[in-house]
Amino acid sequence: MKVTVDEDKCCGAGQCVLLAPEVFDQRDDDGIVTLLDPEPGADRHAAVREAAAVCPTSAIELIE
Amino acid sequence: MSVEEQVLHYPIPNDAALDPPAEWERLRSTCPVAHVTLPSGDRATLLTRYEDVKQVLADPRFTRQLTAPDAARLSAEGGLFNNEMSQIIPDGGEEHQRWRRLVVKWFTARRMAAMRPAMTRIAEDLIDDMVKRGAPGDLRADFGFPLPVYVICDMLGVPAADRDRFSYWSDTLLNLTRYKKAETEAAQGEFFQYMSDHVTARRRQLGDDLLSELIAVGGPEDGGLTDLQILVTGMALLVAGHETTANMIGKMVSMLLADRDRWERLLADPSLIRTTVEESLRFDANSGFGLPRYLPEETEVSGTVLPRGTTVVCSMAAANRDESAFEAADQMDLSRSPNPHLAFGAGAHSCLGQALARTELQVVLEVLLRKLPTLELAVPVEELEPVEGLAVGGLRTVPVRW
Ligand code: HEM
Ligand code: SF4
Repeated sequence: MKVTVDEDKCCGAGQCVLLAPEVFDQRDDDGIVTLLDPEPGADRHAAVREAAAVCPTSAIELIE
Repeated sequence: MSVEEQVLHYPIPNDAALDPPAEWERLRSTCPVAHVTLPSGDRATLLTRYEDVKQVLADPRFTRQLTAPDAARLSAEGGLFNNEMSQIIPDGGEEHQRWRRLVVKWFTARRMAAMRPAMTRIAEDLIDDMVKRGAPGDLRADFGFPLPVYVICDMLGVPAADRDRFSYWSDTLLNLTRYKKAETEAAQGEFFQYMSDHVTARRRQLGDDLLSELIAVGGPEDGGLTDLQILVTGMALLVAGHETTANMIGKMVSMLLADRDRWERLLADPSLIRTTVEESLRFDANSGFGLPRYLPEETEVSGTVLPRGTTVVCSMAAANRDESAFEAADQMDLSRSPNPHLAFGAGAHSCLGQALARTELQVVLEVLLRKLPTLELAVPVEELEPVEGLAVGGLRTVPVRW
């Protein structure tokens, strides 16, 4: 699985970080998403898929 | 029947406090782009399908310029959405994004995790006080209302002792029908003065709260906000962070207690708290007005052309019950996942405080399950009454015993 995020779209809602804190984080200075792990292991796929599904701005793209 | 007679009055009254109006199902399946009359008498277009609501909320052509001369007024008195003040915070585009990024960093998932122990303590103290006063208690007044106010007051550095005044001020903004225009205006004047004094005091002596940090960034020339924007941001956060969450606490707990199996399931498996909070947000049939948007140019939704000047009302609550988006949408499933509900809106304006609201709601459940496992409603569910006229829906009281 490959994860990409669109910083321009991201509104800093933090859903992804709540769901998959090993994969996503938010920058301290503007709350915008950063990727900690663009190719997360299989044990994190479910959480990452959920994050992509609920992101309010559809800022998370997955290639599986 | 003529077209005239088919025009629905909006908001559509709920048949019971926790159940959706039957009308939603009919609208979603046969009339997804419906004409409605608002409390002001003005006309608007109501959307109830998940895909439509989500698309419109995320589409910048649907603006929040509800002060445009031909935009529908929601109520004769105005209220939040038609308020001049709400236009001081940039409404869209890059300016809105800049504002949002200055503020949202206070609401990141990590900050919320750090605030969690303090929130838990506040929640435990409130429950202890309620228990001391003896059953029945009112979960709305004793718990749901004070908790979010304490938390947001703390973040803004304003004294929680003033919370009764905040409640009144935000109620005049959020209640679309209860107050006369003059009352609302007087209340807004007081609220403005209060915040203005607070910002002035902070400017003299900065603290470690959100408003102080916004001041410390500097003015627009330094990438910060104007004084007026800082002040209105403070007002907006107090209003936005207050009744929404407070009412949601009462509704969430009521929905869970209304069916004992739900409560028992959570007691047996508290790891369901996170998905239960999301499902409560989705399942809330009494979430209030929905979100209005104004169209400065002609646009199409679901194959229907909407002329310029149209005011659209998005019913997130109806969308959240859409069978084409959620399997068994009329069932409350505490383990539903993923749960892409629209209770916090969608797109660039989607709720800025959602990580805070989620954390508060999770803390509420965690503390209640742990401290009051025998909690139950002290009245039959049918006797729970919705509050009238609010932009944000809620229950008048939530009588409980334990
Ligand atoms: C259960 C509780 C809550 C619900 C259901 C809720 C719902 C919403 C919704 C639907 C919007 C979108 C408005 C729009 O698109 O026009 C919104 C925006 C907003 N909310 Fe919340 N909210 C809640 C709690 C909070 C809290 C706790 C705060 C902060 C203290 C907050 C602050 C805001 C702000 C500042 C906006 C405007 C964001 C923007 O325009 O970029 N909300 N909220
Ligand atoms: S969930 Fe989406 S909008 Fe929210 S922080 Fe993550 S990427 Fe950004």
